[in-house]
Amino acid sequence: MPEGHTAQHRQVGDVIMKVEDVSLSFGGVRALDNVSFDVREHEILAIIGPNGAGKSSMLNCINGFYHPQEGSIYYKGNRRDTAKTFEAAEEGIARTFQNIALFKGMSTLDNIMTGRNLKMKKHLFWQALYFGPALKEEMEHRAKAEEVIDFLEIEAIRKTPVGRLPYGLQKRVELGRALAAEPDLLLLDEPMAGMNYEEKEDMVRYILDVNDEFGTTIILIEHDMSVVMDISDRVIVLDYGKKLAEGTPDEVKGNQDVIDAYLGVSHD
Amino acid sequence: MFYREAGQFKTSYQDDQAIFPILQDKVAVLALVAFAYVIPFFANEYWLQAILIQFLVFALAAIGLNLLMGYAGQVSLGTGAFMAVGGYACYKLTTNIEGMNVIVAILLSGGITAAVGILFGLPSLRIKGFYLAVATLAAQFFILWLFNKVGWFVNDNPSGTVTAPPREVFGVLVSGAQATPEARYWTCLTFLVIFAWIATNLVRGRIGRSWMAIRDMDIAAEIIGIRPLRTKLTAFAISSFYCGVAGALMVFCWLGSVETEAFDLFNVSFPVLFMIIIGGLGSIGGSILGAAFIVLMPIFLVNFPPMIGIDIATDFQKHIEEIIFGALIIFFLIVEPEGFARLWQILREKLRTWPFPY
Ligand SMILES: Nc1ncnc2c1ncn2[C@@H]1O[C@H](COP(=O)(O)OP(=O)(O)OP(=O)(O)O)[C@@H](O)[C@H]1O
Ligand SMILES: [Mg+2]
Repeated sequence: MPEGHTAQHRQVGDVIMKVEDVSLSFGGVRALDNVSFDVREHEILAIIGPNGAGKSSMLNCINGFYHPQEGSIYYKGNRRDTAKTFEAAEEGIARTFQNIALFKGMSTLDNIMTGRNLKMKKHLFWQALYFGPALKEEMEHRAKAEEVIDFLEIEAIRKTPVGRLPYGLQKRVELGRALAAEPDLLLLDEPMAGMNYEEKEDMVRYILDVNDEFGTTIILIEHDMSVVMDISDRVIVLDYGKKLAEGTPDEVKGNQDVIDAYLGVSHD
Repeated sequence: MFYREAGQFKTSYQDDQAIFPILQDKVAVLALVAFAYVIPFFANEYWLQAILIQFLVFALAAIGLNLLMGYAGQVSLGTGAFMAVGGYACYKLTTNIEGMNVIVAILLSGGITAAVGILFGLPSLRIKGFYLAVATLAAQFFILWLFNKVGWFVNDNPSGTVTAPPREVFGVLVSGAQATPEARYWTCLTFLVIFAWIATNLVRGRIGRSWMAIRDMDIAAEIIGIRPLRTKLTAFAISSFYCGVAGALMVFCWLGSVETEAFDLFNVSFPVLFMIIIGGLGSIGGSILGAAFIVLMPIFLVNFPPMIGIDIATDFQKHIEEIIFGALIIFFLIVEPEGFARLWQILREKLRTWPFPY
């Protein structure tokens, strides 16, 4: 893993998202229990916790896929927790999923191009002719998609249907689709799960580069502690839906509750 | 050997995204279209009237259904009803509005059908798959029932039939009983060529990608900003537009005079569904191939066995036909959901590297 990453290239800025007293239940299961935290511009914020702690549920609340019963989420001053899922994308939030959610029947390129759909405006008439403004627009966005493909080094699989790709590459394409949207806030749900050492190393490099080069704010869920400690500016620990601790990687590492609940118990 | 990409360098994204990136494909398709245009000079009237025009009409409808089902993933059994809306709308327009150009009327009928399609597509936000199929089936029965019941739709004709009035384009009669089969054939062919081209454009651009995204993983699609309802309704609208135009052509250029029965489940909805399953879900070319197959197969079964000296009874032919269709549909659904189009693609991949695959 790249050692010694610090926030030297970018300035962690103001608070861009406020999560306030969010609670979410499924029947009797309290997936999130009064969770509050802030997200600052340009930071890499890690959410960790044992299985079933509510990490994915938290991301789902942020992009409007789940609607918490209590509490509120404000993003850039707008209320998020009651908004529709597709509006998250319009506000500049993109994400990847714990279980890959690619468009299986489409090629790598088309998957990445869908990430740019929102930015394409030419209407039906021009689309039908594939000519003039629509063609020009399509080519501009193709060029953008190619930048993402270059960045993630997936030129060779451009035209391959993603269903035929190995797992590690699928994860990379999914990141590509999220990046193609040029998000301000990127939510990554276990982007390195199931990868070998080299693949993880690549993924870490991409995440850091995105954060450095584009200043993208990143919320990252990850089980690999060495990665989390290395790349995140701040860490939030969830356990049974409750926020157990929050702080810099070092602070969290030294927190006795965290050691008891998480680090000490499951060390895979 | 002659089918190669070698030497055809793509120097821009535009070349790379062309409909036929390989020159040989482009030439072959253009040659095929040109050939289709000269067919009337040597085909007899029976072939034009009974087979080729029917094929063109169904190919257009199959493209329409494929946009909805193959690309946007929304199941529909209402094809017959949507074609009926197109056919009846065109009849009402041409008979009630003095001097309306028939081509304009056909396009407007497509527009009216699109509106009806949007209405019946509304449930698709809530229901999927089998349940959506049942909802569209209800549309199928309801619309045909309505056309049968309400005399207004047939201008209160007591026989309940609609008959295409004779109409001209550039001084040539293209619809009604007096129009020559050649003129009707060329009219249908031109519609098919233009709308197949438009469909190809739609599916390789933003709209097509949003349809496929909804089809493949609707949650992920929504999370990258694709609005499910709007996207599905666009698919219903455009698909129905195609079916409506095909329905108008069916009345005006093929059958000339119809009752609602011509559009029922077994005459239209199922055959068109089979066309896209056999031809290939999610393929424009496959839709056309599938239509050709379903239209030609029965004719082949009638003519081929006697040619090689085998005599089979007519009702037995019907059985063979059903067995073949059934077997093919099961084969394509289970083994190769992408249909003939995929088999063709595999063949092409082999051909490209032949004779040295490695
Ligand atoms: N859609 C749902 N319906 C019912 N229960 C759910 C749903 N989503 C999450 N849960 C429950 O909420 C709790 C938190 O789940 P969540 O997926 O957020 O955990 P997680 O921290 O992401 O776990 P993991 O590390 O396994 O991914 C679990 O008990 C889970 O069973
Ligand atoms: Mg999870």
